[in-house]
Amino acid sequence: MKVRLVDVAHARSGDKGDTANVGVIALRPEWYPIIAESLTMERVASHFAGVIDGGVERFELPNLNALNFLLHGALDGGGTLSLKTDAQGKVFSTAMLRMVLDVDDARGRALALPAAPV
Amino acid sequence: MTSSAAKHRIVRVASGQGFWGDWLDAPRRQVEGGPVDYLMLDYLAEVTMSILQKQKERDPSMGYARDFIGAMESVLPAVVERGVRVVANAGGVNPLACARAVLDVARERGAAGKLTIGIVTGDDLLPRLDELITSGHPLANMETGEPLDTVRDRVLSANAYLGSTPIVDALARGAHVVVTGRSTDTALTMAPLRHEFGWAADDWDRLAAGIIAGHIIECGAQCSGGNCLYDWRNVPDLANVGYPIVEGQSDGSFVITKHPETGGWINVPSVTEQLVYEMGDPRSYITPDVVADFTSIRLAPDGENRVRVFGITGRPATDKLKVSIAYRAGFKAIGSLVYAWPDALEKAQLADRVLRERLDAMGLRFDQLLTEFVGVSAAHGPLTVATGEAPEVQWRVGVRSSDRKAVERFTREIAPLVLNGPPTVTGFAGGRPKVEEIVAYWPALVDKTVVRPHVEMLA
Repeated sequence: MKVRLVDVAHARSGDKGDTANVGVIALRPEWYPIIAESLTMERVASHFAGVIDGGVERFELPNLNALNFLLHGALDGGGTLSLKTDAQGKVFSTAMLRMVLDVDDARGRALALPAAPV
Repeated sequence: MTSSAAKHRIVRVASGQGFWGDWLDAPRRQVEGGPVDYLMLDYLAEVTMSILQKQKERDPSMGYARDFIGAMESVLPAVVERGVRVVANAGGVNPLACARAVLDVARERGAAGKLTIGIVTGDDLLPRLDELITSGHPLANMETGEPLDTVRDRVLSANAYLGSTPIVDALARGAHVVVTGRSTDTALTMAPLRHEFGWAADDWDRLAAGIIAGHIIECGAQCSGGNCLYDWRNVPDLANVGYPIVEGQSDGSFVITKHPETGGWINVPSVTEQLVYEMGDPRSYITPDVVADFTSIRLAPDGENRVRVFGITGRPATDKLKVSIAYRAGFKAIGSLVYAWPDALEKAQLADRVLRERLDAMGLRFDQLLTEFVGVSAAHGPLTVATGEAPEVQWRVGVRSSDRKAVERFTREIAPLVLNGPPTVTGFAGGRPKVEEIVAYWPALVDKTVVRPHVEMLA
């Protein structure tokens, strides 16, 4: 089944120089493993292809049911150099939540995951 | 106090300001809304120091966060009559002038002689930059690795981030108010806890807990319902949002809460959102005092608008301090026009092509020329999924260049499009875009041993 990340997680993003950080937090603890398995470094890098110039780093915080991503080269130089509306990476949070996850049907049903609208 | 009472003693540190420009009313609300022992006010963002440096060059009595003086005026009765102590990094590049301005206000309000201010300095490395570079401290850019020599002649300010120790010292010497220059945001919260509970300088777990308490409340209402994505529609009464308060205990555990009868909310999701804000490697949150491990944090609900935080561990601090350097990095300008239905996006796109053709024809060169279509793709760029025709679009275009003249010429090219470009255009009442000098941020590291924090008391 297809699951929209925005239906199973919340997020907040910020900046450090030209890097945006995005923390993704499972809305229910039991959904964290699905999110952690789906949001690989490669998946996230491919989601942001054409949006960022640099690489992606990924960190796990199972204690908070959260993942943290660093998106390098995301902010047109960052801080005062940047010409972007979002010079401080504040809305990369919901840019991340645009992702759609592929989840095994039986597992999705067992975890009561909300299916993406068709 | 019995040992059991000491164990359960609570110290309340309230956050009253998350950045310079935050809600003017928040500090007063924090000291009047219920019991607090300390009020923590954070004023300094990364490039704030350079703005303050420029102000000090024009007027030697300036160079600090002016908002702080108004904040002090509004909380003065609580400080003088109830003993609430204030810790703020409002001193900028001139903590002494800041402290004097606070004393002036106290005098005007009849509180002369009732206020002792601790002043923390020693963070300013600008006068020592050349000495540092020649003695083997290259102050290389942490992101690019370039030595500071590359931009040395354009440096405006250079400040080491100081930790909690000088603040603790000032509190121990009886300061009612501690004014610092560039201290870490988190030290403003951790120092009062360390002072009250007597935590040792190598009590890594407790110091880390204090730092994480500071991280949670340093952005003001951002942990108590402000900018909260989780269930945002149901966040109650944001107009009356309560700023966060840490209820610290001697073992390093603490509760995040807010005053009763205030809006917003404090729950595990709201605190978690703030925990991941501006996070790097969660296992190594490096501060001058300790390396905190965010993967050790445990959160638990503790009643209405209360979250208990415990289990935090830390590791020994490094032998470096971070240095925040600001330097002149050219010029920029950003202009915009608004195009209306029908075909708003196509019109904005045509305007953009026309502008670029004219800039090309004049041979102007920019380091960057960035176009965004606000209402269509400014927030999420190519990730945006179109959901029908945009009713209106703001065309927003910016340039950056070391050549001031090129940027100035660009600012003359927006308004003409109102009459000689695509139709149904408006939103030009602001006039020509303003040319801004860019003051950029250069993060570096320096050996701790070369920075000498200093505490001075003023009464």
